[in-house]
Amino acid sequence: MTAVMGEPSQAGYFGSFGGRFVPEALVPACMELEAAFSAAWADAGFHAELDLLLGSYGGRPTPVTECRRLSERLGIRVLLKREDLAHTGSHKLNNVVGQALLARRMGKQRLIAETGAGQHGVATATAAALFGMGCVVFMGGLDMERQALNVFRMELLGAEVRPVEVGSRTLKDAVNEALREWVATVDSTHYCLGSVMGPHPYPWMVRELQRVVGDEARAQCRELLGGSDPDWVVACVGGGSNAAGTFAGFAGSGAALVGVEAAGGAALSHGAPGVVHGMYSYLLQDEVGQISEAHSISAGLDYPGVGPEHAHLAASGRARYDFATDEEVLAAFRMLAETEGIIPALEPAHALAWVVRNAGTTIPEGACVLVTLSGRGDKDVAQVRDILRGPAGQLGDGQAGQLGEVRSVRPAEQEPAPRAEQER
Amino acid sequence: MSSPVSQVGTSHDLASVLRERRDLGRKLLVAYLTGGMVPGWVEMAHALAAGGADAIEVGLPFSDPMIDGPVIQRASLLALGRGATPAGLLEEIAQARIEVPVAVMTYYNLVFRAGHERMAGAMAAAGVTGAIVPDLPLEESAPWRAAAAAAGVSAVLLVAPVTPEERAAEICRQSRGFVYAAGLMGVTGEREVLASSAQVVGSRLGRLTDLPVCVGIGVSTPEQARSVTSGADGVVVGSAFVRMIIDGATPEEIERVSADFRSAIDEADDGADDGAGGQEIGEAGGAGSAPYGDG
Ligand SMILES: Cc1ncc(COP(=O)(O)O)c(C=O)c1O
Repeated sequence: MTAVMGEPSQAGYFGSFGGRFVPEALVPACMELEAAFSAAWADAGFHAELDLLLGSYGGRPTPVTECRRLSERLGIRVLLKREDLAHTGSHKLNNVVGQALLARRMGKQRLIAETGAGQHGVATATAAALFGMGCVVFMGGLDMERQALNVFRMELLGAEVRPVEVGSRTLKDAVNEALREWVATVDSTHYCLGSVMGPHPYPWMVRELQRVVGDEARAQCRELLGGSDPDWVVACVGGGSNAAGTFAGFAGSGAALVGVEAAGGAALSHGAPGVVHGMYSYLLQDEVGQISEAHSISAGLDYPGVGPEHAHLAASGRARYDFATDEEVLAAFRMLAETEGIIPALEPAHALAWVVRNAGTTIPEGACVLVTLSGRGDKDVAQVRDILRGPAGQLGDGQAGQLGEVRSVRPAEQEPAPRAEQER
Repeated sequence: MSSPVSQVGTSHDLASVLRERRDLGRKLLVAYLTGGMVPGWVEMAHALAAGGADAIEVGLPFSDPMIDGPVIQRASLLALGRGATPAGLLEEIAQARIEVPVAVMTYYNLVFRAGHERMAGAMAAAGVTGAIVPDLPLEESAPWRAAAAAAGVSAVLLVAPVTPEERAAEICRQSRGFVYAAGLMGVTGEREVLASSAQVVGSRLGRLTDLPVCVGIGVSTPEQARSVTSGADGVVVGSAFVRMIIDGATPEEIERVSADFRSAIDEADDGADDGAGGQEIGEAGGAGSAPYGDG
């Protein structure tokens, strides 16, 4: 088998997607990062240090959980790769610990990051605290309202959260602002990008740092399944890092790979090829090439692009991509909570929603499906409560008092369904 | 230094006009504004030319201008909010008959989406003779450079302060029209103090190329422009004009400020080690010939 999910070309292309579309000021930094990562990734000492941290600090390996009641309900066998149990509550830490170690090797003392839902920002702030580095996280103003708890979390961890108030005030604007900051501070600062996107080497580097998810899961599945692989491997796709890390472990297996985007951010289903944020990939855009804003219930999937390797996996047919609607996602979110006692993040609830929709049809009865549960749902509970029950104002006195402080920095909570309020 | 602009022919080709003027000893002023940012933006372009700009750089606004600071971001959103499109702006440029060469600055996705040949052809048809695409670095730019060259459009490339010497030389070899030297590591926008990198980049690149070298990003005042052009062939000034236009400046005011930049760079001393050719030719002309006064 040729190298499915192998290294990109020297210019950073996966098939025809990827590349390095950045201002000249960032080209030397990207080259330096590429060289540093290549060297580190070939260095057993680097791996040993990373593995030690991911284990003793990050909580790896995360388990694979057999979902008995959900499986019974769906008529298929569902396994979950439990990234929700990793430190900080999502897969994001895998990438960030690796990049922070690399930054230290490169002599950079400061991390900057973009964040949408706040999970990558929290992970970056965590790594910065762990390594004693400075940390600035760029976050769209709208996302800061929707994910106020994560803003506070980052601040507790010592990071500065800088609101981005231009454009759609969401993830894509935060990426622009982080790139702008990087241009001005590239000497001292590492840009800790949070997904398999951006200019080469990021899509490759982040996938490699996330492949621990897929590599672990494959071994764990083989143990559970008596040496065989699951028939289906399903993950949600925002930029695509948890999916890329998962798929990397199964690319050489017979499993069908499925990436699930948000219906309102489905770059691969509704987009067209183009260039933004340093990469050539599929993007939501208008007919002249202005980038569109994504809209979904989950801030973490509100991204108008997708990592270039996913564009390539789609083009080559090795993986297929679909999307899930907000309604399906909420139903799947509740179903997992009720049947398994696990509250998922809204992002991986997209992957679950796809499985629920296709169980017994596209996924034949009795088939085995591995879903990467990329994060836990704590961050989304308030939002889901508001959607299901109306605004927090309905709560009794005691509870309202308890929530009062949080609410004061969360104006969006006044809105019953903040996501639907966004303007185009 | 003088501005013997009257000796220059009436060509509207960016490359030849800038080279001729540079060779005559004139320091170059490239003035940027965002196309479509206000209803009267074309008047503003005329005013910039009348004030003494040697070329006008028109930004085709993009939704995600990642190398632009707050002022040009704002102008881009204003323009997009007014419905500006690349085709519509090129049409306006075609009809504007601006007195000096016009270059376009835009982001690569707008070029890619239109198609290299189509975009280059549309630019040429509008009389645009230069194009700056700042998110398209050397390695990715060959197909666009070929399409632009075939259409008679000079694809201007950028050099950054951190660009290593050999790479800078290669960028200079592949650039057309002029070499855009980023004066500092950062996004477009005004700075109170001129970066030290802006002072040296002109003479550094002057040793690598005989194309005109214009320094942009962070050149905000006539005084800074004068300082930069003691080592460089010219300056690109954008945010200072764009901010004034956003704030409601009249064309007359814009022309005056353009003339202020003009007379400031006319007075620039050539740096001792400025190797770019031709300064001696331009000793003719006496006192600054900026015809519009300095307001
Ligand atoms: C839990 C979780 N899953 C998935 C994502 C989407 O990112 P990616 O597609 O890179 O995995 C996010 C992003 O915030 C997230 O928080």
